[in-house]
This record gives sequence, structure tokens and C-alpha cells, in this order.
Amino acid sequence: MAKSHTNDAQALIRSLRSAYAATPTNLKIIDLYVVYAIATAVMQVVYMGIVGSFPFNSFLSGVLSCVGTAVLAVCLRIQVNKENKEFKDLPPERAFADFVLCNLVLHLVIMNFLG
Amino acid sequence: MKFTEPQSQEQLCKYISRLRAGEPFDDSETLTKSSSGSPLASLREFPCLIPPSMADPSESKEEGTLRKAFGGVLGFFILLLIGILAFSIRLFSVIKYESVIHEFDPYFNYRVTQFLTKNGIYDFWNWFDDRTWYPLGRVIGGTVYPGLTLTAGSIWWLLNNLNIPLSVETVCVFTAPIFSANAAWATYLLTKEVKGTGAGLTAAALLAMVPSYISRSVAGSYDNEAVAIFALIFTFYLYIKTLNTGSLFYATLNALSYFYMVCSWGGYTFIINLIPMHVLLCIVTGRYSSRLYIAYAPLVVLGTLLASLVPVVGFNAVMTSEHFASFLVFIIIHVVALVYYIKGILSPKMFKMAMTLVVTIGIAVCCAVIAILIALVASSPTKGWSGRSLSLLDPTYASKYIPIIASVSEHQPPTWPSYFMDINVLAFLVPAGIVACFLPLSDASSFVILYIATSVYFSGVMVRLMLVLAPAACIMSGIGLSEAFDVFTRSIKFQLPKLLESPPSSAGDTNVIEDKAVKIDNKISTDKSENIAKERPSRKNRKKEKEIGETVPNKPPSTKRLLVLPLEASAVAILLLIILGAFYVVHCVWAAAEAYSAPSIVLTSHSNDGLHVFDDFREAYAWLRHNTDVDDKVASWWDYGYQTTAMANRTVIVDNNTWNNTHIATVGTAMSSPEKPAWDIFNSLDVKYVLVVFGGLVGYPSDDINKFLWMVRIGGGVFPHIREPDYLRDGQYRIDAQATPTMLNCLMYKLSYYRFVETDGKGFDRVRRTEIGKKHFKLTHFEEVFTTHHWMVRIYKLKPPKNRIRGKLKKSKSSSKTSSKNDGNSRKNPWQ
Repeated sequence: MAKSHTNDAQALIRSLRSAYAATPTNLKIIDLYVVYAIATAVMQVVYMGIVGSFPFNSFLSGVLSCVGTAVLAVCLRIQVNKENKEFKDLPPERAFADFVLCNLVLHLVIMNFLG
Repeated sequence: MKFTEPQSQEQLCKYISRLRAGEPFDDSETLTKSSSGSPLASLREFPCLIPPSMADPSESKEEGTLRKAFGGVLGFFILLLIGILAFSIRLFSVIKYESVIHEFDPYFNYRVTQFLTKNGIYDFWNWFDDRTWYPLGRVIGGTVYPGLTLTAGSIWWLLNNLNIPLSVETVCVFTAPIFSANAAWATYLLTKEVKGTGAGLTAAALLAMVPSYISRSVAGSYDNEAVAIFALIFTFYLYIKTLNTGSLFYATLNALSYFYMVCSWGGYTFIINLIPMHVLLCIVTGRYSSRLYIAYAPLVVLGTLLASLVPVVGFNAVMTSEHFASFLVFIIIHVVALVYYIKGILSPKMFKMAMTLVVTIGIAVCCAVIAILIALVASSPTKGWSGRSLSLLDPTYASKYIPIIASVSEHQPPTWPSYFMDINVLAFLVPAGIVACFLPLSDASSFVILYIATSVYFSGVMVRLMLVLAPAACIMSGIGLSEAFDVFTRSIKFQLPKLLESPPSSAGDTNVIEDKAVKIDNKISTDKSENIAKERPSRKNRKKEKEIGETVPNKPPSTKRLLVLPLEASAVAILLLIILGAFYVVHCVWAAAEAYSAPSIVLTSHSNDGLHVFDDFREAYAWLRHNTDVDDKVASWWDYGYQTTAMANRTVIVDNNTWNNTHIATVGTAMSSPEKPAWDIFNSLDVKYVLVVFGGLVGYPSDDINKFLWMVRIGGGVFPHIREPDYLRDGQYRIDAQATPTMLNCLMYKLSYYRFVETDGKGFDRVRRTEIGKKHFKLTHFEEVFTTHHWMVRIYKLKPPKNRIRGKLKKSKSSSKTSSKNDGNSRKNPWQ
């Protein structure tokens, strides 16, 4: 039973890997950026667990900035993905400009909240 | 004529023109949906629907753009008129009384705005107010919602820099009407996103006049709701716009508008709970799309950050239960997005395998996390919710645990008549709108349905939340009315040419019908009411292109027919709808003029010798301002705190903010105690003057004796020696001869009725409609310093303690008594 489970899991992982390898490079770059942002957020949470959350607003702004850029990058990926029928009229430059604008607003707020 | 599926535009045009010509055709042939899938939205690509001479498509396109331009200009002017209407219907109080700030809370906002304009924004953020809640003070920068004051302050600053020297008071008085015009335009935008321009204009016109909104935004009512309702509708509009277009730009604007809403009003928790609810609804009903993710996820992150920026909210944005719904749905939408993504890249067999694996592992992890969360939340006594939110969820909570919240009259549940007073005709147009929203159901219309359902529930809990119901009701009614007009006018349009071209042999009744139809048209074109303005765009709409599909599915869902009603019925129905609108307008104007324009600081009454004006409040505050020292403390019931600090500029003990229950209970206890203990309490608070509102001479019902039961209850809640049954005779508070001795000796009774018997010889209280119980008495510890013209406000001063204490203190029992008229308190009392 467990063997079939592990076999299943291996087959699953293999098929996931092969399917993912087919995505275009620009999307993979965005995915890498998302992973980096989430990793930074996790590191900050671990640090807070060790050191304590004293300037809570700094902790909040740090974690939320990482999560925020990750979310915005995912939105960018959605809009730039050629397989997405809903956004075929949207030029990728416009999507990127929106992404930059939203990031600007996010980081302005972060800088204000950082204390 | 046999009809086949239109293969081309020309075929469809031919079909339509034959229909116009009245050629009979087989009833089973129907106008089916065009192949692109969206019902009749692609009708805009068939300009042959434009009547009647447009047989040639290329010519019709030109005419189409001309009509479209004409419609656009007309729509713009209609919106302008709606804005002017919204502004001017709120000016009744300025015309009838004067340009003055109303009620109690606006005086606090006015005082804060004055401080802001005088001292600048940095001092405003750091302002610690020591002239209220003496001796505790209040951190204004951290406890006030700054949106309203910053808005009015910036308007004042802008105008003054343009060399238009309006005073701060004028700007404050007129802020609310300006923002209600903005709110009407925001309603237009929101409803346009849901259903189309016609519905948008109707909803905007309805919102401009709805009495519920007028009551909180009349000129002079300078309160948070004045700008908050505009921010609410605008935030919802931007959310729906992001949902419809999937543009990250609108998502950013949405977050910024949400920030403005958080700055303005504590009701922002409604937004941050309604939007996650809607997202969850969309996910559960299978309408998940990437636009939903773009609309929701950036809003949560950016919105939480922006909400934490506002000092009043601060870390509550991440720690209180009111916001947990948004975080939970944030996690859920990520899970759903991941699932859809993996489904997209895997084959179905692999996907099934993945699901089983994930489900087995995932359930275990989920249970663990939920258990931790529940343990965390359950450890706090209120489970993380604030008192106000709890009283919304459980309507009986406040009366059991927090008497202060229960005592505010705005927090009582509304009665049925108040629904008809406040939203009038909309009350039964809303269900029609709800039905119209289901045909067809889109993301935006499901949002509006959810909005109206939740706001109806909350309006049933507290009467002041009728205000949140008003925009939802207007949107729904606008949709319903517009759809109804669409159907009726379409029926008339499709049947009128047939009627007009019918042969004269059957002239008998067709002429009558034709005349009636023509008369209806004339009546429509000559009617001058507002409804014309909102009817015409729907007529124009049907002449040019409709924006959202109008097919109403009949019985079988596979075929769709254009619903056409009989001509006479639709003509009569249009007439009736116009009359309905006229009733609504008349009611709204009456409500604005008579019911909601009273400034409550100035009272008037009509008698046979003209108009009497009761300006006692301002008289009393002016007396305080001019006849007392700047540092003197004034004690009164908390209702009058804001007005006292704003107009009389004296330090008060408690005010309308009611943040400290014990302090209010102290004042309540003092008012319910006999003179000497009351003097002790007030003296310990450094109070110099006591202010009492008394309506017995003129019949003003909101005076302190009527509020006395709350003083007893709140005081008794903290100080157990105040027992409510001591003041009750047969379960009622009485002040006549049947009153209890505790009642007849308490400070509130004495300060209200001191020398009252001198007015008419019998001491007849016009509000309680009896003669008072104790008529002749003297005050030992207080002296009367001022009573206004109609005895409505009475000010007393604390007598200082005597310099010499007569007689011996310790051996009090055997000494001779003094000849005071008071009972008890002889030897031990150093103030006798």
C-alpha cells in the first residue's frame, strides 16, 4: 500500500516536473521571483520567532512587503501568460507598467510604516 | 417566412426589418442567441436595430455614433443635474434656520477641524486634548478617524490659497452636501458596472434623494458618514471594476480608496468582511477566475498595510477578529488558485492522484492549524471582537453587558415605519431588482445581491445602519426600475410601427390604441419631472445599443425570446411607474424639509402669535464662555460634552466619546446622589459648574430627567450603592408626589426643579405632565448662577466649603442642631 503510494507520488512529481518544464522562460523568471519573496518572508518570520516582535510595525511592514510583491508578481504572471484567454488583449508592457505602479504604492506605504 | 439561424449580419437585419413590417412568422422560430455566446451583448454589432430607416448597415454605423454621442452628452448633463439635486435638497436647514452645525458629534469634528486649520497637521497628529475627560484627557491624534477633518481641512486650505476666504464653519457645514453629490456619481459608476448606463442613472437619481442618506448628510451635519458613504460606494465601484476588467491599475486604486474609507469611518469593517464573503461566494459557486484573484489578493495585502497606517486602527488591522475573515479567504483563494493551476498543467489521471495525496496530508495539517487558531482566539474573553461588533452580531449583547452602547438611541433596532420613512418606495422595488440581478447572474450582480442581503440584516439590528442599506437599496431599485422600463418601452417600440401601419379598416380600436400610445409618448416627452431624465436615457439606450443583454428567458432554458408585453398594458405600466417615481420625489422632499433638517441646537415652534425660536443652548454656552474663567471645569451629562468644549470652550468631565465607562458612571452617580455626596464627588474632580438640561417649562422631551434612568443604570453598574429600585415606584420613574424619597432628594431632581414652582405657582412639568412632588426646597451645596430664557439649560456653581466649622466635630450627638431646612447631616457636616 505504502509502496504504491510512493510510486504514485514519484509519478506525480515526475509529471509535474515535465509539465512545468514546458512553461516559457519569462514566466519561470517571475516564478523564481515569487519564490524568493516568499522565502524572504519566511526568514523574517523565523527571525521574529527567535528575537521577538518588538517593533511590531517593522515586522509587519517587512513581512507584508515580501508577501505583497509576491502577490503582485503572481498577478503579473497571470496577465502575461499567453495561455490565459481573458487577457489576450492586454499588451505585456501595460501589465508590467501596472505592476510597477502597484509596487511603487506598496513600497511607499512600507517606507512610511517601517518606522 | 421561414427563419433559420442568422449566418450573417445582413440576414439578421432582414429578419428584423421584416418583423417591423409586421409580416407574420411562425411562433416557434425564435431569435436565438448569437454564436459568440453572450446574449444580445453582441447586438451592438448589429446596428440594424436602430429604427426605422436604417436599412443600410454602413450608413447606420454613422448615425449610430451620432446617437451615441448625443446620448453621452445627455447622460453627462443628467449626471450634472443629479449632482445639483443632491446638493440642493440638503440645504433646507440652511434656508430655514441658519448655516450652523447640528447635533452633538459634529461639534467635536468642527473643533478638531478648527485646531487642524490653526495649528497644522503635525500638531494635529500629536494633539493631546486636556480640556475633556478631566483629569484623564484624550489623545485626539490616536483616537479620531481623521478622514473627515482632513478632507474639510484640505478643502478650506485649497480655497483659502485660491483667495476664496470661506470660514472653517462654512466649509464644515457644506462638506456633507458636496460629498453626497459625489456619492450619487459614484453610485452611477457602480451600477453602470453592474447593469448599464440606464440603471446607473436611475440609481444615482434615487440615491440623490433617499431620505435615509439625507438624514445623516444634511448641510450642517458634519459627521463621519458624510464622506464615509461616498468612500464606501467608490470602493465598491473600484472593486467591481477590477473584477470586470482584471486590471491591476484599478486594484491599486481600489486599495487607495479603501484607505480613504478606513480613515473616515469605523464602518470600514463592513467592506473588509463583505468583499471576502463575496470572493468565497464566487469560489463556491464555481465562478473563480484569475480576475477574482487580481481583484482580491492585492487589496488584502495593500489594504491591511494601509489600514495599519491609520492611528485609530493601528495593529487592530491584524489582531482583531473583524479582519480575520479577509486573511482566511486570502489563504483559501491561494489554495484554489494553486489547484486550478495544477489542474491546468497536469493530465486528469495525474490530477486525480494528486488530489487524493493532498487531501490525506492536507486534512491533518489543516486540523492542527485550526486547533491552534481556535485556542488562541478562545483565550481572549471577547474572542477578539470589539464590543461594537459583538453587539452587531448578537443584537441582545449590548443590553446585557454594555449599557452605554444600549443607551444611545441610534443603536436601537428600527421599527417598521422607519423603513418606509427612510427608503420609501425603494422598499418594494428592491425585490424586483434582486430578480433582475439574477437574469443574468454575473460576478458584479452577485456582489450587489450579497451587499443588499447583509445590509438589510444589519439595518435590522441598529437604526443608524439604515444608512448602509440606503445605497444598496438605491442600486437594486435602479436596476429593477431600469429593467422594467426596458421591457415596457421595448414592447411599445416593437408594437407601435405595426400599430401605426395597420390598415385603416380596423381603425376602430387601433386608432384609440394608437392615440393612447401617441398620448403616452407626448406625456412622456412633456412631463417635467426627474423621471423624464431617467426615462430618456433608457429610451436612448434602446435606440442606440444596449450594453448588457436584455433577454429574459421564458420557459425552456435552451431558447431565449425577447419578452414583449401587450401594448396597452405596457403603456399603462409606464404611466404608473412614473407616478410611483413622483410619489417618491414628493416624499423625499418632504422628509428633507420637515423631518431631517432640524439642527437640534436651535428649536422652533409655531404658535398663533408666530414663530418661537428656542436658542437656549447657545445662550447657555455663551454665558459660560463669557462669565467663567478659562480653566473652570463644567460637569454635565455626556451628551453635551462636545458642544460645551466647542462652543463654551470650557473643560468638561465626560463627553460623547464615551470611552471611559467608569468616569461616566462617576458623573451618573453624582447626579443620582443627594446633595452632599454629589458635592463631594464633584469637588474631588475639581468641578466648578454643573450644567443641567430641563425641558419641563416648554415641553422639550430630551432633557436630563428623561435621561435619568441611564444615569442610574450606568452609575449603578459601577457603584453598587446606587440601586435602581430605590428610584422606582411601581416600576416607573416618577417625579410627582408618588415619587420615592431617594428620587426626590437626588441632585438631578433638585437641580432641575429648583425654584420651578415660581413659574406657574403649581410646578406643572409639561413633559411628564404632572405637578412635581417636592416644590419648595433650598439648595445647600450649590447655587444657581444662570437659567436660560425658557429654563432649558440651568447652570449651578458649587458652593465653596465654609472657612469655619461651627461647633465640635467629635462629640456630635449632644450638640444643638442648626436650623437648616435640610434633613439629617447636622453636626458632622463642615459645609453647613
